[in-house]
Amino acid sequence: MARIRLQDLAHSYHPNPSDDRDWALRGVDFVWDDGGAFALLGPSGCGKTTLLNLISGLLRPTKGRIVFDEQDVTMLEPRVRNIAQVFQFPVVYDTMTVYENLAFPLRNRGVQPEVVDRRVRSVASALGLDASLNNRARALTADAKQKISLGRGLVRQDVSAILFDEPLTVIDPHLKWRLRSELKALHQQSPFTMIYVTHDQTEALTFADQVVVMNEGEVIQIGTPAALFDRPNHTFVGHFIGSPGMNLLPVSVDQAGVVRFEGYAIQNSSRGSGENLAAKGLQIGVRPEFVRLQREGIPVNLVRVIDAGHMRILEFRHGEHSIKMVLSESSAIPDRTPYFLGFEPNRAHLYADGWIVA
Amino acid sequence: MLELNDVSLEVGGHIHLYPTNLSLGAEGFNTLLGDTLSGKTSLLRLMAGLTRPSKGRVKFDGADVTGLAVQKRNVAMVYQQFINYPNLSVWENIASPLRVAGLKIDEIKRRVSSIAELLKLTPYLDRQPSQLSGGQQQRAAIARALVKECKLVLLDEPFANLDYKLRESLRDELPRLLADRGAIVVYATTEPSEALQLGGLVATLFEGRVTQFGPSSSLYRFPRDLRTAQILSDPPINIAPGKKIGSRLELTASVGWELGHAHTNLPEGDIYVGLRPHHVLPENLGRGVSIEGRVRISVVSGSESVIRFETDSMLWVSNSQGLKRFDVGETTSFWLDIDRAMYFRPDGSQIALD
Repeated sequence: MARIRLQDLAHSYHPNPSDDRDWALRGVDFVWDDGGAFALLGPSGCGKTTLLNLISGLLRPTKGRIVFDEQDVTMLEPRVRNIAQVFQFPVVYDTMTVYENLAFPLRNRGVQPEVVDRRVRSVASALGLDASLNNRARALTADAKQKISLGRGLVRQDVSAILFDEPLTVIDPHLKWRLRSELKALHQQSPFTMIYVTHDQTEALTFADQVVVMNEGEVIQIGTPAALFDRPNHTFVGHFIGSPGMNLLPVSVDQAGVVRFEGYAIQNSSRGSGENLAAKGLQIGVRPEFVRLQREGIPVNLVRVIDAGHMRILEFRHGEHSIKMVLSESSAIPDRTPYFLGFEPNRAHLYADGWIVA
Repeated sequence: MLELNDVSLEVGGHIHLYPTNLSLGAEGFNTLLGDTLSGKTSLLRLMAGLTRPSKGRVKFDGADVTGLAVQKRNVAMVYQQFINYPNLSVWENIASPLRVAGLKIDEIKRRVSSIAELLKLTPYLDRQPSQLSGGQQQRAAIARALVKECKLVLLDEPFANLDYKLRESLRDELPRLLADRGAIVVYATTEPSEALQLGGLVATLFEGRVTQFGPSSSLYRFPRDLRTAQILSDPPINIAPGKKIGSRLELTASVGWELGHAHTNLPEGDIYVGLRPHHVLPENLGRGVSIEGRVRISVVSGSESVIRFETDSMLWVSNSQGLKRFDVGETTSFWLDIDRAMYFRPDGSQIALD
């Protein structure tokens, strides 16, 4: 296992990149500590797969360095980087048994048979594959095959890191949930450095201790799941993390520092001065979890109630602006016209041109 | 009204669908929910006329359309893999079914611009599909399906290949887009959250059978059987084996509760208790029954905590708001919100308490 340091890493698929849009990855600089569980989260085309391929060595960066512990691996071949990778679709040898599939990466490297046996059985037991060790892989269901792929990624103990590239995309929701928590349990038992790439916030937030949120080739925020939820440093993170995402409303800040939406004052921890904020595109961001029904506040109409089972999503409108709120399954919705909304103190953040200011 | 009367499908000795009866109307969404291979696509193909049922009849607005080829039916279908003509502009893609139908050019222009506006595609009408994002491509495919103003619109996991966030926003828009068009809409998905959030009616499927059909909220809270409860729960519902003894329900010698006056509805002996993860909490909110468990996995996501813990009899899932951390291996108390418990007979059927 290794600490992974990315130094000013940038990549372009163009031979002579000029403007910003030519760069798939625009200069990334951070450190992943040894033994952590990390996620790279972002929409299609955000650069997360490019970054993963740079780390595994399938791509050479246009600029910057990749350092494992103290060793610069930027120009090293994938096989000497000692990285295990699990892909979106299962890669399994159909003619081999489950046991032989799991043993393959170890036997390939001449590991002692006793050690092979111990590792294979330990990984198989963690993934619930013990009972099928002697079965041919061909006869297995798609999700069992993906478990083998995961197992093959986990079986070696000498790897620098294990990379997962959207490994659960093809799996049905119930099993996806189980595999995700089994992967988490495996990490808690044996602290490999694991890097998990996904567009699915739920997967990223449940798997990782630290999530790297990316958009358009840039890292927008690195933080714990709780930090990304509580204090998104950009409106993109507010929108991308959380379901439904953060409400974003245009506001103004007056000379006294009072934040107003359509003239209604919003209680907020901001001490931002009106002068330096006046000219910028200002928005208040508040998560649907922190919107409250009150006796006074922003007058709104209730336009839709979605029953999502464990919670209800209420959609309100004030003029052309939509504000969403979530209520637990057991809370009643009072019958009122109009409703008045407020935000929980210190849970609304002020953004200027997308970036957090207070 | 689309009616399936006792339709079944057998292919090469394998039963894909057991005899099924469904009546689907044009008010609101009809969602087919189930895992891969549960029979969703088979049902859609039977509805479209792409497959002929082995037995039974398909009726549309009273007329028998069993075996009538899809070309002779007024049907639109959207697939998981969005299909556009790569060499045609987005405008031509959307217009293509109308050109085939031989409509006048003025009418085609009017309909294309109206549907493009609705699906927010107006700025992209001159582009080729390859110049659009995945979400825009799928919206173009949906626009092409809707522009014909078909009586029956079938959507087979249309958002499965899209990013999570994009899926969320299209799922939000789609019921509004399709409302008041007078078409019967059938939407297939593997995601319980999607079926619930789309609202409308849901048919839960398991291994070629519809286990229940009804409003999503009532299937979620009053499932007819264990299977339906499981299909609609993500994370999975806890199913605890217990026994009814007199007026008490006992999970173990030390964990049990009084059933109250309704206990007479339950038979003595073996009972399954169903509790969703958000009704099993690591803190007592007042009316819970406590149970000791050993923590196996503890995960804190953005705003909630998921804990898997084991007792002698089973593995449980707890899902609570707020951030609660436990060490793996730690023994701690959980509280079961028994007011929300569902009770099932050994054969899986639910027992109504009132």
